[in-house]
Amino acid sequence: MTDHQSEIDSVTGRATTGHEWDSIKELNTPLPRWWVTCFYLTIVWAIAYWVVYPAWPLISSNTTGLFGYSSRADVAVELANLEKIRGDKMAALGTASLADIEKDPALLALARAKGKTVFGDNCAPCHGSGAAGAKGFPNLNDDDWLWGGTLDQIMQTIQFGARSGHVKTHEGQMLAFGKDGVLKPDEIVTVANYVRSLSGLPTRNGYDAAKGEKIFADNCVACHGDGGKGNQELGAPNLTDKIWLYGSDEAVLIETITNGRAGVMPAWEGRLDPATIKAMAVYVHSLGGGK
Amino acid sequence: MVSGSVFFQRESAMPQPSISKTMTTGESGLAFIFAVTAFLCLIASAKALDAPFAFHAALSAAASLAAVFFIVNRYYDRPAALPPQEINGRPNYNLGPIKFSAFMAMFWGIAGFTVGLIIASQLAWPALNFDLPWIQFGRLRPLHTSAVIFAFGGNVLIGTSFYVVQKSCRARLAGDLAPWFVVLGYNYFILIAGTGYLLGVTQSKEYAEPEWYADLWLTIVWVSYLLVFLGTILKRKEPHIFVANWFYLAFIVTIAVLHLGNNPALPVSVFGSKSYIVWGGIQDAMFQWWYGHNAVGFFLTAGFLAIMYYFIPKRAERPVYSYRLSIIHFWALIFLYIWAGPHHLHYTALPDWTQTLGMTFSIMLWMPSWGGMINGLMTLSGAWDKLRTDPVLRMLVVSVAFYGMSTFEGPMMSIKVVNSLSHYTDWTIGHVHSGALGWVGFVSFGALYCLVPWIWNRKGLYSLKLVNWHFWIATLGIVLYISAMWVSGILQGLMWRAYTSLGFLEYSFIETVEAMHPFYIIRAAGGALFLIGALIMAYNLWMTVRVGEQEVQMPVALQPAE
Repeated sequence: MTDHQSEIDSVTGRATTGHEWDSIKELNTPLPRWWVTCFYLTIVWAIAYWVVYPAWPLISSNTTGLFGYSSRADVAVELANLEKIRGDKMAALGTASLADIEKDPALLALARAKGKTVFGDNCAPCHGSGAAGAKGFPNLNDDDWLWGGTLDQIMQTIQFGARSGHVKTHEGQMLAFGKDGVLKPDEIVTVANYVRSLSGLPTRNGYDAAKGEKIFADNCVACHGDGGKGNQELGAPNLTDKIWLYGSDEAVLIETITNGRAGVMPAWEGRLDPATIKAMAVYVHSLGGGK
Repeated sequence: MVSGSVFFQRESAMPQPSISKTMTTGESGLAFIFAVTAFLCLIASAKALDAPFAFHAALSAAASLAAVFFIVNRYYDRPAALPPQEINGRPNYNLGPIKFSAFMAMFWGIAGFTVGLIIASQLAWPALNFDLPWIQFGRLRPLHTSAVIFAFGGNVLIGTSFYVVQKSCRARLAGDLAPWFVVLGYNYFILIAGTGYLLGVTQSKEYAEPEWYADLWLTIVWVSYLLVFLGTILKRKEPHIFVANWFYLAFIVTIAVLHLGNNPALPVSVFGSKSYIVWGGIQDAMFQWWYGHNAVGFFLTAGFLAIMYYFIPKRAERPVYSYRLSIIHFWALIFLYIWAGPHHLHYTALPDWTQTLGMTFSIMLWMPSWGGMINGLMTLSGAWDKLRTDPVLRMLVVSVAFYGMSTFEGPMMSIKVVNSLSHYTDWTIGHVHSGALGWVGFVSFGALYCLVPWIWNRKGLYSLKLVNWHFWIATLGIVLYISAMWVSGILQGLMWRAYTSLGFLEYSFIETVEAMHPFYIIRAAGGALFLIGALIMAYNLWMTVRVGEQEVQMPVALQPAE
């Protein structure tokens, strides 16, 4: 075994410990005072913290600390504060009818504020955080409503959804005219061009308008109504207002007519409480297109 | 392996008097065990209940057969006598396993950084998951964390520990086959873990995702690692144990304890991959974060502090700043770290008293952590000028600065009021990456830049200029990464807790996600720079080994090129 001697490091003037490993030596520098002080301070602080907060386990309980702190109690206080901010109107929201809410400005503001939050967590994934919709998911900012835009109609749609499986849900769907063999491919092309013409979109060369009108009258009018103005009872869109749920390209229309469409909106009754659904209806109604 | 010869250059043994050549007990025993294992794995593969288990069992059967072949082949290739412990009175260092670890560290590092870049990009542009189950964020995320922490970091730790323990004990690594068993076995564990994640095999415990059979294998490998390390220390030729070895030993022992404590699981069937942890509810959560936090404390801190304690004094050619500080901060660190886990569970079902202890011990951990930083940085006194000329030393020193920053930020984030803002936000991600990229990454890069020329007997690196490029590109990447995550994390936390004057949440979750988008892009850009730096490094190291000028061959065992 090699026995190394302590030596003085010429740069720092410190003595080494005399140890050496693979030519690495160690200085015998004392602990930096500020380091020791800070270390002690953190220990003192920790002990003080233990005295005032719950800290150490005992046999069947734990030290509770002088402050009597409990995170559960903390949460209860915070929730109570929140209820205070929201005020006693919250109870009124539960019992008020939609018409009552519309008449009381304070209640209306509360319902809209709550509705916005609830919309963000529940509706935004499909309708977008600004409610502008996406392909297959209606824009809720415009005044074009599939199932009606009055407060009551909006609330009904939220409660029971569309084709959601709920017994009270909106039913009715666009038939698959091509797949089910009702219309032949060339007829579908013709009627697709007719539908485009309803909102003034250009039609393809050689398109037979009279034939298109005939096919439309025979097959589409039953739901979409005379002139394609739509029918909110059936959720049949207005085809003349230049607002398209799936798109207005000829190819998209051919796909729609061939395979049908049956977008689903879930029923929220049972998942959200009545006051929340009401608030959501009021919020959606306020977005711009409410009737 | 790509270049087997690179790892298996044998030290020239002294001419031995002719003795009859026989297999050692280790060779014959291990070959027998692997042969039996191959057979059992084949049966398990045939009876497997799920496809990933069948795949892993078949892979293990093949690997076991390869091990038998390796052992027998090695026996026929080797001279009758095992390599001597010393040649001409100087230790005959065992460098083969270290070369392998260094190579695998670089390989897994690049793989892990690449996967990190992919998932960072997926967060910014979710379409990049391409609707393929194998590359969903949920599977790639553990692949990324395991690849960088356990594969990259683990190989760096095993490789450097095998080097440092030999040099600082002046003794050849204990065992003949054992060191190879450790490095190959460990990398096989990584392979099983990683392919498992891609196939959807996970026990859903963060940083402990591998299923029961991978855990069992790792236990065997890790115990072997401990024995090799301890065995080398026991036969040391130095009177004292070097500080780096304390840290390595603390890391190896504690990781073993953590692994066993967090992973006791009952497999649904011995022929299936799924298992259930025996802990339940809050006990499981507590065990998980006792494990998770100390994986940071002992894998990513103690182990890499060991690297710091050897490579910085060696590279700076200066003595360690303070022996006394090293003792105090070592014991303080390992005593305090083990209590800090509950700060990961603030404001959860964990009892208040447990949260208090986790938080206060985290605060007390601040100075012990900084003790390591002080010792690392102050070792430079008298050699600060070298930072201008030696980018490798600069990398090592900057890593210590990042260590200091993260170990201040950590205790701060453990304070409950701070945590109520930072928890679950990107701030945590930023904090982790300032430690992971800045500290663990840079200290590993610095150590590998030192180690590769030493173990491959080269005069120096192929290009210091490229190291400089690596340093600046990676530093820029880290700065982009962590500042983006700080801003986005704090923004996120503030948005989550914002209330309107009427008492409702101001922002929906989706709005907070939308607000993160620009920061996610900046983060991905930072990660890309870090990856580019690592690619430059890999090229530089490859060229060092391939075309680097040979150090003048000493008549005896290899000496470091300086």
